[in-house]
Order: sequence, then C-alpha cells, then structure tokens
Amino acid sequence: MPTLYEQREDDHPMSNEPPKKSIAAGKVCKKIMADHFYELDEAARTGSRKIAWCTSVGPAELLRGMGFLVYYPENHGAMLGATRMATELIPYANAMGYSPDICSYLTSDVGSFLQGKTPLTKAYNIESVPRPDVLVFNTNQCRDVQDWFAWYARHFGVPLVGVHTHRDIGLIRMYQIKDIAQQIEDLVPQLEAVTGEPFDMDRFKEAVELSRRTSVLWRACLESAGAVPSPWTFFDATIHMGPAVVARGTAEGVSYYEDHLLPELEQRIKDGVAAVEGERHRLYWEGMPIWGKLRPLAEQFASLKTCVVASTYCNSWIFDQLDPADPFESMARAYTELFIARDEAYKEKYIAQCYELFKFDGIVFHDAKTCPNNSNNRYGMPERLGRALGVPTLTINGDLCDLRCYSEEQAKTNIEAFIEQLEE
Amino acid sequence: MIGANNHDLFVGIDVGASRTKAAVLDAGKNLLGHAVLRSGTDFERTASAVLEEALAMAGMPGRDGFQCVSTGYGRRNVPFRGDTRTEIGCHAKGCYHEFPEAVTIIDIGGQDNKVIKLDDRGRRLNFKMNRKCAAGTGAFLEEMAMRLGIPLEEMDGLARASEHAEELGSYCTVFSGTEVLEKIRRGIAVPDLVKGIFLSVVKRVLEMDSLSERVVMTGGVVAHNLYLVDMVQEITGREVLVPKHPQLTGAVGAALFAMEINANTSGRGNR
Repeated sequence: MPTLYEQREDDHPMSNEPPKKSIAAGKVCKKIMADHFYELDEAARTGSRKIAWCTSVGPAELLRGMGFLVYYPENHGAMLGATRMATELIPYANAMGYSPDICSYLTSDVGSFLQGKTPLTKAYNIESVPRPDVLVFNTNQCRDVQDWFAWYARHFGVPLVGVHTHRDIGLIRMYQIKDIAQQIEDLVPQLEAVTGEPFDMDRFKEAVELSRRTSVLWRACLESAGAVPSPWTFFDATIHMGPAVVARGTAEGVSYYEDHLLPELEQRIKDGVAAVEGERHRLYWEGMPIWGKLRPLAEQFASLKTCVVASTYCNSWIFDQLDPADPFESMARAYTELFIARDEAYKEKYIAQCYELFKFDGIVFHDAKTCPNNSNNRYGMPERLGRALGVPTLTINGDLCDLRCYSEEQAKTNIEAFIEQLEE
Repeated sequence: MIGANNHDLFVGIDVGASRTKAAVLDAGKNLLGHAVLRSGTDFERTASAVLEEALAMAGMPGRDGFQCVSTGYGRRNVPFRGDTRTEIGCHAKGCYHEFPEAVTIIDIGGQDNKVIKLDDRGRRLNFKMNRKCAAGTGAFLEEMAMRLGIPLEEMDGLARASEHAEELGSYCTVFSGTEVLEKIRRGIAVPDLVKGIFLSVVKRVLEMDSLSERVVMTGGVVAHNLYLVDMVQEITGREVLVPKHPQLTGAVGAALFAMEINANTSGRGNR
C-alpha cells in the first residue's frame, strides 16, 4: 500500500479543477518526493549510503534509525499504475511464472525491472530504481510482498529479512505484540551486518518520534475531511500522502504536514472552500485506488457533485501507537493494529467509526482483482455494513494497476447509477 | 425540442450494447409506438432510425416536438436527447410503472445483467451488475448458438423440447464453448445441450444477489427466450412477473423520466 507522489502535472487527478481548488502545498510535496529519489539515486550510484528496500507499512523507523536510505517498491508499483505503464509490463512477469492473479504491484514492478523501464526516468531523469543493499519486508499487508522482495534478493544477491505479522486479528494480545517486537529487534544484528555500524538507540528513538509526529499530523489532515463541505478529496489525499510514506521518520515529513498541508486545509475549512463545488453527496472509498484511473474517477465524482471524503487506504499510514519511550514494542503495536491485518468484526467497527466522523452517504468498495487482502467486499461486508449503517454500498470491479481487469464504461455507469440512487 | 417544456409526447431511447430500443409515450403514459434495431457501430444514426420507426408506429412520423431521455451504454450518443439516465435507473422506473410494488428486477441484456431491488415506493434499495465476465448474458447465448450452429431464435423452442438439462460446469464462456464441443462429440442431444446452456444463464444470474421480493424479469434475452422465466420460476419456487414488452423496459423508463423532467420545468441538463 504505497502512495503516489510523482504524477506528471497532466496526470494529476485534479489538474482540470479551477486554480483555487489546487492545493498549494502540492509544490512542497513534489519537492520532497523528488529529493527522496535524487538522494536514493545518488547513493546508489556513488555508494555513499546504504539503501534498504522496505514495505510501505514498516519497519521503516528502524531502518531510518540505522542510517539507511529507504526505498519503497510499492510506491514504485503505484507510479507504474498511475502512469499506466503497468498493464504493458505485467505480462513480462507473468511469462516468468508470476501469475496474473497475484499482486499487480509485484508483477508490474518485476516486469518494469526486466524491461529496464521506470516512471522515474520521465519524472526525474533517473535511469533505474536504486540497487538495494538489503530488503526488509513486513507481511502485515500480505504474503506477496515477501515473494516480491525475494525475487530481487535472488537477483541482486543481497539479504532478505523481515517480519511475519499475525493476521485476522480481533483483540490484540500481548503475546502478539511481544512476538512482533522481538522479530523487529532480531533484525538489528542482521542490519548491522549490512551497515557495518553498531545500532544507535538514540537515533532509532528519534526516527520513531519523527514518524509518530508525522502520523499525528497526517491523521489531522485526513480528519479535516469531516468538515462539510470537505476541503479535499480522497483523490487529493492519495497524492499528498506521499511524505507520510516515504518521509516518515524525517524532519521533512513532519514539516510538510505541520507547516504546509494542514494549515492550508484548516484555512479552507475556515473559508468554506469545498473541494467539490456544490458538494451534494459524500462517499467513503474502501479498498485500493485504481491508480491509472484517478483522474477520470475524480472528475466523474466531481461532475456528480460528490466528494469521496475518506478512505481506509489513506488512513493506513496513521501509526498512532509509535512511542520513542518504547520503540520496539510501540512499533510492533502500530504495525499490528493496521486495518488490513484485522478481522472482519474490527474492520466493520472501524468503518462505522469513520461513518460517525466523516458523515458519508454511501460506501464504494473497490474489488481489486489482484489484491484480495485489500478487497473487503468479498465476505459479505458491504451487505452487513449497509444494513448496520443504513447507507447504500456499491462495488466496483477493477485493480490497483492492471487495467485489463477494469471495465471503465461499466464502472462509470455503476457510479452514475449509485448517485442517482442517492438522489431518489 | 431539447430542454423545452410542456410537451405531450415523451421518448425514451435505450442504446444497448446489442440493440437500440425506442419507446414513445403520451402524457397518459400510454405506449404509442416502439421499435428495436441492432445498435451497430453508428449509435447516432441508429438512435435516429429507431426513433423514426417508433414515431411512425405512433402515427406521428417526422414529429420533432417531444421530450427525450436516453439511456444505455450509448446514451450520450443520442443527438436529440434532453437528458440521460443510467439503464439501471430506467429499468427500475419502467418496471415500477408496470408493477408498482416492491420487486427484485432481473434484467438480462446483450452484454450485461442487472439485479435491482426496489422498495414499495419504487426507490432503488440497491443494484448489482455482472462483473466483467459475459457469463449469463446474451453474448453467452449468442456464442453458444454459434457453436451449435443454431439460429438464436430457435434456442427457446429447443430448450423447451428437452426433458434433461445437460449442465455446463464452467463459468467462462470460452471454457463453456469447449465443454459444449466435448458434449457434441459424446452425442448429447442438442435440445439437452441448449437447456443446459439456459440453465447456466439462470445460475449466473441467480448467484448475483438474493431475491427478496417478487421477481420481475426484463431485457431482450428474456423477451426472446421466455423459457428462461419458466426456469427461474422452477428453480426459485417464486412467481416471476414479466412486463408486456420486456425488451422495452429501459426505453419506457427513460420516457417516463422525460415526462418527469417535463413536469419539473428545470431538467438537469445534458449529462
């Protein structure tokens, strides 16, 4: 579950919106993302810093605290989706024995590597993704990340280490937290072997604190969409979450939300600025973004006076439990509490809480063909939540990256019919 | 005519993936004229042609004073539309007009199926469309008819003639085609194969949603293969209602929307 931070201007979902609607902080966001890639590229070319590839939901703080530059392959997957390069590249991984039914971040990313094509080239004039010194995964999202990283570990001949998270968790038990904390701590000597430097607890705590502050600020930004009208949309948030992913654990990440995005959103609320002019309906998006279709979807919803105000997806980078006083255990808690790792009852309660906060009129479930773990419509949740909350639900079939799995005309008709239904 | 008010003639055009349908209603909601043409590749021309046929049937050839709403995949390709509505909304509207009660609508179209639930005031409670797959749609029947070398219009009679449905196990249209070939090789009687194909359509539709109220079946596939209705009744043990013109349900619904827009002097404009 990465984020998209480097769309070209013409790919930006809101690029056709009136100027007053574009978020000014976007320029700073773009610079943070660009600097992130330039720094990685420079380190990869010169060997000045060690590079760790990391899954987007941790354990990045440990890596930051140990002096690694951190690269997020899922983020690259989202870029491949957003630039619509993915659909052409996926078949190359399929031909290597990686099924079209598994994660299309994995298949598009491996396909991209095999073909020597990356969206980084057009966006930043960077030739390729940075070579890793170590790959670090966390299975709290899915098993695919492990298989994905394993492909690169074999290719580069570098260590693959990781954390195996519990799944379908209801009430979080102490034994689960202890287990994950221990797994994270066990990474330390393996990572020290890569850096050649001893672990520095103070530096680690500092990274945890910066990450915590980023999380708190990111939550505040997301919760600003509880205002009526909402100052921004889910589609905006998929762009502006970039620093919450890649700059988590850095001062730049904190500054972005504290000094730029949050003040701007708060000002919009004060001024009554609506992200969707004449906002008539408010929806919740459950599931992955359809990266290659952000713009047409944003435009369609806006044309229907509908603001998609919130999503589980963007909320997934809130790690409130992080605490520098107890870094390993708090990391374990933060990464175990994650929505995607929880059971159905928890998930339904979570969305019900979001309903109270965001005051939405309906829920759109995205059934992503290649992402079963992030497609929560498959076990009757829309029906149960619809009854419990008294709001209608709609399921759209699609995918995060593989547009072969998406029927745009059918999705558009479904969305239009759903809004008609809300207006009856 | 577009966007004007106070008309006494209301036109619905349903540009579907396979066929384009027109319905012409008077202010009393009486169906004066209707027509169905293959959608083809030029939706604009087809829409105009189907309108002409329907107006001629209504005894008003060439008339250009009317309020029109278009629906279906090609709804934005109808040049003389005043507004558009989705086919889901139009089927709901058309069904409720004929059966004003809480119903579950099963619409089997050329390329997609819909299950729409309405409350007793005709409001949509929810709807589902088939996924990307063509299983259970008219396209599936067309493919199977082609495999068997049978004219599409003979399928209904053949299915009725069978006393044993030779079931297909596969979900996929292409795999089902292979299954059919294998069954032909084994000498299975054609009527039994056709009944099995119909059963496959019914199963695909029934697995889309639960049936909570009285069932209404609509769509071109139903109109031309009424045996599907018998099968649904037999499998579900429920009475199934069928509109007088099942293929026109969406067009009639669109015409009814046109009437509403006319009544509320401010339409929503072209969409």
